[in-house]
Amino acid sequence: MVIDRRKEGLVAAVMVAPNLIGLLVFMVVPTVISILMSFTDWNLLNTSSFIGLANFKEAFSDPLFWKTLKNTVVYVFWKVPFNIFISLILAVLINQRMYGRTFFRAILFLPMIASSVSVALLWQPLFDMSSGMLNKILTTIGLPPSTWIYDPKTSMMSVVIVALWKEIGYYMVMFLAGLQSIPSTYYEAASIDGASAARKFLFITIPLISPTTFFVMIISIIGSFQIFDLTTVLTAGGPSNSTNTLIMYVYQAGFRFFRMGYASALSTILFVIVLIFTIIQDKLSKKWVFY
Amino acid sequence: MNALNTGKFMYKWNKYLLTLFFICVSVVMLFPLLWAFATSLKTDLEVIESPYSFIPASPQWSNYKEVFSIIPFGTYFMNSVFVSVLTIIITLITSILAAYVFSRLNFKGRNALFMLYLATLMVPRQVVLVPNFIIMRHLNLLDNLWSLVLTSSFTAYGTFFLRQFFKTLPIDLEESAILDGLGYFRRLFQIVVPLAKPAIITITIITLLNTWNDFLFPLVFINSDSQKTLTVGLSLLRGDYDTRWNIVMAATLLSISPLVAFFCFAQRSFIEGIALSGIKG
Repeated sequence: MVIDRRKEGLVAAVMVAPNLIGLLVFMVVPTVISILMSFTDWNLLNTSSFIGLANFKEAFSDPLFWKTLKNTVVYVFWKVPFNIFISLILAVLINQRMYGRTFFRAILFLPMIASSVSVALLWQPLFDMSSGMLNKILTTIGLPPSTWIYDPKTSMMSVVIVALWKEIGYYMVMFLAGLQSIPSTYYEAASIDGASAARKFLFITIPLISPTTFFVMIISIIGSFQIFDLTTVLTAGGPSNSTNTLIMYVYQAGFRFFRMGYASALSTILFVIVLIFTIIQDKLSKKWVFY
Repeated sequence: MNALNTGKFMYKWNKYLLTLFFICVSVVMLFPLLWAFATSLKTDLEVIESPYSFIPASPQWSNYKEVFSIIPFGTYFMNSVFVSVLTIIITLITSILAAYVFSRLNFKGRNALFMLYLATLMVPRQVVLVPNFIIMRHLNLLDNLWSLVLTSSFTAYGTFFLRQFFKTLPIDLEESAILDGLGYFRRLFQIVVPLAKPAIITITIITLLNTWNDFLFPLVFINSDSQKTLTVGLSLLRGDYDTRWNIVMAATLLSISPLVAFFCFAQRSFIEGIALSGIKG
């Protein structure tokens, strides 16, 4: 068959152009601008000048930067393990033969489709210390009431609980897909050898699900580093900055104090963090799994 | 024989127990939503005086009507519809075209260009927030819904995802079409697109969720009430001491109702599409 190479190239250019131009203008070029801007002191009004690494030096000696970074890391390292643990257990259980599987899967997944803004609004009255339902439940079953989002000691944990509520069904479905790709012959063979359900879980499910676990862990980490909506609406970063996160600080620096250069430097730091985890995933996804 | 019976009994028993367990889990998961629904039907007085009662004395359906008079809910809603619909249309058209190029057509520099797309996937959206704000300022599009449409319509993800799907489709189908003298565009839209319906539905759903639920970009780009989308409009209702929670809950439930309706209608596409494509909604 004769293919006209020149025509093919022309058609390709026409077809790819709308997407490519949009991507260049609103994604690729802005990424480059963002990195360049992080080396300037631009604040919307002045003519910006190149100040080298001054923004990054400032960030590393800025207590609020460390505070927001620490909060974000605390959020990530509380949420991600719970997320993996609970959603894996739920996936294993829901993968059994039982009534209403599809229905339960849909119910667990449902919170995922709501915006973080609406989720924050749904939970806010539940956390109320005097008239909130959560404290009512705690005191009814004989536990002391909690301060939830109103005390720096418990605020981030409360945010983690809400995030888990929103995301567990989503990760459960991913694990479910992983589980269904494990050949049932392994389980059958183990049954013949008289293995208990617990041993089957430990020695077949856990190793064979590890690629999914690893993938879930990385995307959960990357997603969690970008937390903004939930904390902005649920706690507004408070009390006393205990739930102020990295992206919230980018927003505050850029659009409350109009320090565009500094905001860009902060977002470049986030970019580097995310990039590190992306590269880890890329490099280790073949090595770190057990089969 | 006896052992077999026990096994069967255990199996049945497990099945009931599991179902019971998931009923409990579902109650926990649905609790905040049911609670919001109960609150949304209370009178102002009931919200304060009987905060723990689940069933309001007489359901105040008028609270839902009041949402529209207390805040410009209708405007917010229509703005969200505008942004979501346009973003979906532009995303679908442009990424279907680009995906076809990357899966079927040959030209110099294709692989290099595709590497650029893959690299773009790694950039978190927040990184381009400040530069896009500046671009929109220069285009005079700040406080305009088009700024939201433009910044969310061109993701590398749609192209990448559709390209992967197109590559799984057998090329033979198109070869007969070439013999029939069909051009590239007609091959794409008459043969490839109908076969790629599941992937296109997935991209539609992901785009819908991302734009409907987006908060950061509308918060930064939009200023006036007439241009606000639902998420930003709702976030203003965030609780103070005199918050009317019945109205806030009614507004919140109204804001998620279209997505919940779509979800009930096509929950399989939602779940499998979103989760299996591995992208966070």
